[in-house]
Amino acid sequence: MRDVAVIGIGITKFGELWERSFRDIGIEAGIKAINDAGISGSDIDALYIGNMSAGAFIRQEHVAALIADYVGLAQTSHIPAIRVEAAGASGAVAFREAFLSIASGMHDIVVVGGAEKMTDIGDEMANAVQGMAIDQEWETVFGATYASLHAMMARAHMEKYGTTREQLAMVSVINHRHGALNPDAQFRREINVDTVLRSGMVAEPLRVFDMCPLSDGAATIVLASMDAAKKFTDRIVKVRGIGQGSDTIALHDRRDITTIDATVYAAKRAYDMAGIKAKDVDVAEVYDSSTISEIMAIEDLGFFEKGTGGKAVEEERIALGNEIPVNTSGGLKSRGHPVGATGIAQIVEIVKQLRGEADGRQVKDAKIGLAHAIGGTGGTAVVSILEGCE
Amino acid sequence: MRAGIVSYGAYIPRYRIKPEEIGKVWGEDGVARGKGLGIISKSVPSPDEDVITIAVEAARNALKRADIDPQDIGAIYSGSESHPYAVKPTSTVVAEAIMAAPDLTAADYEFACKAGTAALQNVLGLVESDMIKYGIAIGADTSQGAPGDPLEYSASAGGAAFLVGKEKVIARINGIYSYTTDTPDFWRREGQPYPSHGGRFTGEPAYFRHVMTAARKMMEKMGVGPEDYTHVVLHQPNGKFPRRAAKKLGFTDEQVETGLLTPRIGNTYSGAVPLGLSAVLDISKPGDRILAVSFGSGAGSDAFDIAVTDEMENFNRNAAPLISEMVENEVFIDYATYVKYRGKIRRKGD
Amino acid sequence: MNMPRFWREIQGRYNLIGSRCGNCGDYFFPKRDICPKCHRKSIGKMDAVKLGGSGKIVSYTVVHDAHPEYSDMKPYVMAIIELDEGVRLTSQIVDCSPEEVRTGMRVRATFRKLAEDGKEGVIFYGYKFRPE
Repeated sequence: MRDVAVIGIGITKFGELWERSFRDIGIEAGIKAINDAGISGSDIDALYIGNMSAGAFIRQEHVAALIADYVGLAQTSHIPAIRVEAAGASGAVAFREAFLSIASGMHDIVVVGGAEKMTDIGDEMANAVQGMAIDQEWETVFGATYASLHAMMARAHMEKYGTTREQLAMVSVINHRHGALNPDAQFRREINVDTVLRSGMVAEPLRVFDMCPLSDGAATIVLASMDAAKKFTDRIVKVRGIGQGSDTIALHDRRDITTIDATVYAAKRAYDMAGIKAKDVDVAEVYDSSTISEIMAIEDLGFFEKGTGGKAVEEERIALGNEIPVNTSGGLKSRGHPVGATGIAQIVEIVKQLRGEADGRQVKDAKIGLAHAIGGTGGTAVVSILEGCE
Repeated sequence: MRAGIVSYGAYIPRYRIKPEEIGKVWGEDGVARGKGLGIISKSVPSPDEDVITIAVEAARNALKRADIDPQDIGAIYSGSESHPYAVKPTSTVVAEAIMAAPDLTAADYEFACKAGTAALQNVLGLVESDMIKYGIAIGADTSQGAPGDPLEYSASAGGAAFLVGKEKVIARINGIYSYTTDTPDFWRREGQPYPSHGGRFTGEPAYFRHVMTAARKMMEKMGVGPEDYTHVVLHQPNGKFPRRAAKKLGFTDEQVETGLLTPRIGNTYSGAVPLGLSAVLDISKPGDRILAVSFGSGAGSDAFDIAVTDEMENFNRNAAPLISEMVENEVFIDYATYVKYRGKIRRKGD
Repeated sequence: MNMPRFWREIQGRYNLIGSRCGNCGDYFFPKRDICPKCHRKSIGKMDAVKLGGSGKIVSYTVVHDAHPEYSDMKPYVMAIIELDEGVRLTSQIVDCSPEEVRTGMRVRATFRKLAEDGKEGVIFYGYKFRPE
């Protein structure tokens, strides 16, 4: 396999972007990434788009062709444009597919984006669409919601490992603290444990501030073979490892609902490919669609021993300036979660950290970064490991 | 008749509302209203319960007490005036949910409060004539009274199912008699959400005339008198009518008491006589004789002369909940919760 | 949910019809065509089986923010239940107050209305569980 590098990144502001359409944000992120890479349209061999549910959110399918069209690549170079869907891991799986297309020798330069426009339909519908990642036939129809499944994971984790309600809240507190430093984040307001504990109940024990928001947003990355990369930039970030794993679609069929096995397997594959261990990671973006989701992630990724994630959060070992800064972008909770864009946005943040461009939230001497995304309640997980090359 | 009751099962929702809670909202003395009707509480279905769920639970409870293959059931008839669908049967859902489908016949009946006993007559006929081996007859309702209407104090929810066959009969049917006239005492026009009624006209010319005539003719036909019965179960739109009718017929309070559930659970309409009869079967012994008389507005009464057989000794009635257990399992709700549960709040899209 | 899509799963939702692998003997719900343990050896041997309907709560939550079709039951208890055959499923727990629910609690299947396709649409029925 050929070495692959990230040579350009672009991201929009995340949030309720009332004045911007799906194509507006998709194009904005794409142009930023292309400019950042210093490439031109004719250099691009293929386009990958991570998107969960444009058909349900904006009644538009065929969105890869749509983006290729509006970035001006359809009518001239007629490049292949591919949409990838894996619920919340759509962007991350698109990144992996784009990586493989270069590593295999098929392409030299590929643009991979992620985009979701969630606010054009009402909150109720948007929540229902987001919930389509869980088993519609055997979970949703019986009254389960996305949040309710996370709540059951949270209760099981609390009962098995003694994780506390306050530890869950601290995940949100730290992510908001980080997000306040990110100009592209949806919520740039610091909160405290009381903010979380006083927010409305969603599914016991999880409250509004335990759950990520509905968001609009897009992010784009330019990937190149290492040889091609060197022609355009010296700010090269190498993709050292990528792992993906799957598990049952329904939460109830999992071996253990306090662990996301898909993450465990994805991480093992990524670490093995990169030839590193969890302790070698300097900065990570993990999937915090709920606060319990982040606690399980930092355990399943091997940053902390199983069952001690809550305590690690309480001790702020994942906060900026400490042992292993996690979600310096603010995570899904504070940066926002336009579902299909999230996997790409996480890598954009890691690239910024590895390039030393993360400004007020820069992790000092960050060399190796990790991004982790999940689809549904854990039916898909992707772990990507990147390394900054000076 | 060789066809008889092989098993039975019932279902009563657990929510209850008291007359004083209803009266409070409408500026009426609910306690006095309740006393006047002989009702201290009535059952209310949860938002996820309706005639279909009640019928299924009742039928499943009947099958728990009987050792038969559901595939041997040749007919399911469900009687109700509150079937969830105007068009699409309750009985087909029951058939699937007890795994009796697809080799059987099924239909829904409507005859105000006597649709359940009409179903029972028809199933008995099919079994007696050997057209089917087993049949299930169900009477169930989640009846509605218009907000503020006197019916709101009594209209309630519940139902019972009878498994009819010729083998291991626990209650033999000695005889059946029906009395039918065109008497418009209570009705609901197509498309209307709530029923209308003739007020006091529902009493003498309707309930009393039909129930008492049917009871008398049944006893005449069998050549027996009130003293020959262990229990009498009469339709019970309130707690007063059945007591008064029974007394006039010459029955004692003791004969009435076991089968009179309305004071605790309200008027379950098509479920009323089936539930009352179930309560009697819950405690009856071989040799007991039961007179059951339903009443359906519009109007008619079905009378059944029933004898409990020796087979009752072998019957496993504890395989499913007893009526007394379901009556005692009660959770009281307020009027606001009640109107939400009964769908009486006009909402967006209604 | 659309009517045909619900209708074709009635046996599972009304009667807890699952599968049993003829090779290893494990139970599955809903029905499966391939045993995740025996793979090819199980093909053609996944027999339909009716599950008993009794089990215990593995984890649960009280849902306060529900999809509109389910909001009449709010707040309602959702749980993952392990049936005595060893298979797990997700269901509401009814006929008890949320405060009474505990992990490990014994529950039994009952037949309830799940949702309806609007006021004019079909009504969806299926299992919910209640304390045993």
